[in-house]
Amino acid sequence: MSRVFALSDGNSFYCSCERVFDPSLEGRPVIVLSNNDGCAIARTPEAKALGIRMGDPWFKIRDLCRANGVVAKSSNYVLYGDMSRRVNEVYRSFADEVEVYSIDESFLDLTRIPDAEGYARKMRATVRRWTGIPTSVGLGPTRVLAKAANHLAKKRPELDGVCDLTSAEARDRLLPLLAIADVWGVGRASVGKLEAVGVHTAADLRAMDPSLARSLLTVVGERLVRELNGVRCQDLEFIAPVRQGIAVTRSFGSPVTTLDVMLEATASYASRAGEKLRRHGVVAPHISVFFHTSRFSDGPAKSVSGIVRLREPTSDTLELVQAATRATKRLWSGGYRYSKAGVMLDGLVTPERAPRALIDAPDPRREALMAALDDVNGRFGRGSVFVARSGFQKAWTVRADMRSPAYTTRLAEVPVLRA
Amino acid sequence: MSGSRPAPSLTRASLAPGGFIAVCLRSDVRLPLMGSGLCAGFPSPADDYVEDALDPSRLIVTNPTATFMWKVCGSSMVRAGIRDGDYVVVDRSLVAKAGDVVVAVIDGIPSAKLVARNSEGRLALDFADAKRTPLILDEASEALIWGVVTWSLTPHRPPAR
Repeated sequence: MSRVFALSDGNSFYCSCERVFDPSLEGRPVIVLSNNDGCAIARTPEAKALGIRMGDPWFKIRDLCRANGVVAKSSNYVLYGDMSRRVNEVYRSFADEVEVYSIDESFLDLTRIPDAEGYARKMRATVRRWTGIPTSVGLGPTRVLAKAANHLAKKRPELDGVCDLTSAEARDRLLPLLAIADVWGVGRASVGKLEAVGVHTAADLRAMDPSLARSLLTVVGERLVRELNGVRCQDLEFIAPVRQGIAVTRSFGSPVTTLDVMLEATASYASRAGEKLRRHGVVAPHISVFFHTSRFSDGPAKSVSGIVRLREPTSDTLELVQAATRATKRLWSGGYRYSKAGVMLDGLVTPERAPRALIDAPDPRREALMAALDDVNGRFGRGSVFVARSGFQKAWTVRADMRSPAYTTRLAEVPVLRA
Repeated sequence: MSGSRPAPSLTRASLAPGGFIAVCLRSDVRLPLMGSGLCAGFPSPADDYVEDALDPSRLIVTNPTATFMWKVCGSSMVRAGIRDGDYVVVDRSLVAKAGDVVVAVIDGIPSAKLVARNSEGRLALDFADAKRTPLILDEASEALIWGVVTWSLTPHRPPAR
């Protein structure tokens, strides 16, 4: 049976979240900067029109922004995460199957919906009304076509935010308008190879012999051609499986040069990772820790990483912090100016599927302690109660000079209403 | 407002000497009534009447996905029963009607406004200032309404600070 996939995503999602609670930003150029105010990671169309590109370093565009009234915001992931949750809640009221692909994109299964395009328009209007977030929706018989449709919906104003590629007629008409660089999974290197053989648009790529695509772009290329032709490839490699890994990484506000401060940082990342594990109801068998110096500084370079196996798969913050501390001490060497550190957890499983230790079983009261920890931090704000190892000063914390409040999740930071 | 699994609540946390956090736990006080399955004497006659514990958030928030809170600053809505410093609960999914208090965005600034019918029977935003003519709400200006205020919360015994 032919399926109907929808790919819905938020337009300039982070910027749109900022605009919901500060409507004076409407119509003005807005950008959101990466952690530590490093570079531009989200731009409104007004900001794009000024020539600001994705990944432009803040120090390079600061003057341009000042001169043109561009509003720059530090990233506020507490807000974006909550708004993303709300947007996906609306999707779930429209579709039985919602696959959250990233913070601002989700695949929906709209098979069996009579007028999928009309339905998508209704859903888009509801998301806008309920959450304030503008979205674009692409429809197609495969995920690659849904993604292509989404791109067209965004780039072509006459489509009014929804592009339907479920019919062969629409595909014949619209795929020639999509450049191959904008096809999902086609990287910069592939664009060169494809253009050399005269393939410039999604329609050209669709007409390509799958075996030729395979020889040029490996098996991913062959699948792309098939998906563009409406043939579903179940095991698409570029569709990431849900939550197999969690990473908490940050750049430091100022370089870290002492072990004590590094221990604070990795302990605090491990705490945060534990919180994420518990929220997703999974446990991790091991934890890896890394830290390195900046690629851009002149000093001596150093980059280390190491992995520590946990006694048994766990989501217990205290266990994770202990393991991260052990790894950090083992990996540490002084005399370097470290700019970034992180912890990563992978091989995640649900607790039922995790092997248990026979002896030395963890104290069952620990689970209650973790639940209390999450409850308190949920109620009084993250970091109200924390493991002392993560430090009280947090001199290494990120720079976020232009961050908006956690409007939707902290009572003390809700927006102010003039009356 | 937490989920179905009642979590133990924290009753006391203090900074002990040496910089460690001392945490004191006791079981949750918000547990719903559980019936008397282990009762040694007579079973409680109330067992057949056990209901869930009261949860004010379910009264106040009917559509959590579309509900946001704002804090009021100013006294122009006292006539609608909303005081300076109150929290208001705003539901974005509702369509404004006459008599509603709404969050309206005028020149990019959100403010609380009353919705009323003007002499021609059309919906309009009513300014407390009599010198300003009410702003007619038509399809084009629908976008001015950020959401409809469904509840206001007035603390009658503000927490001691």
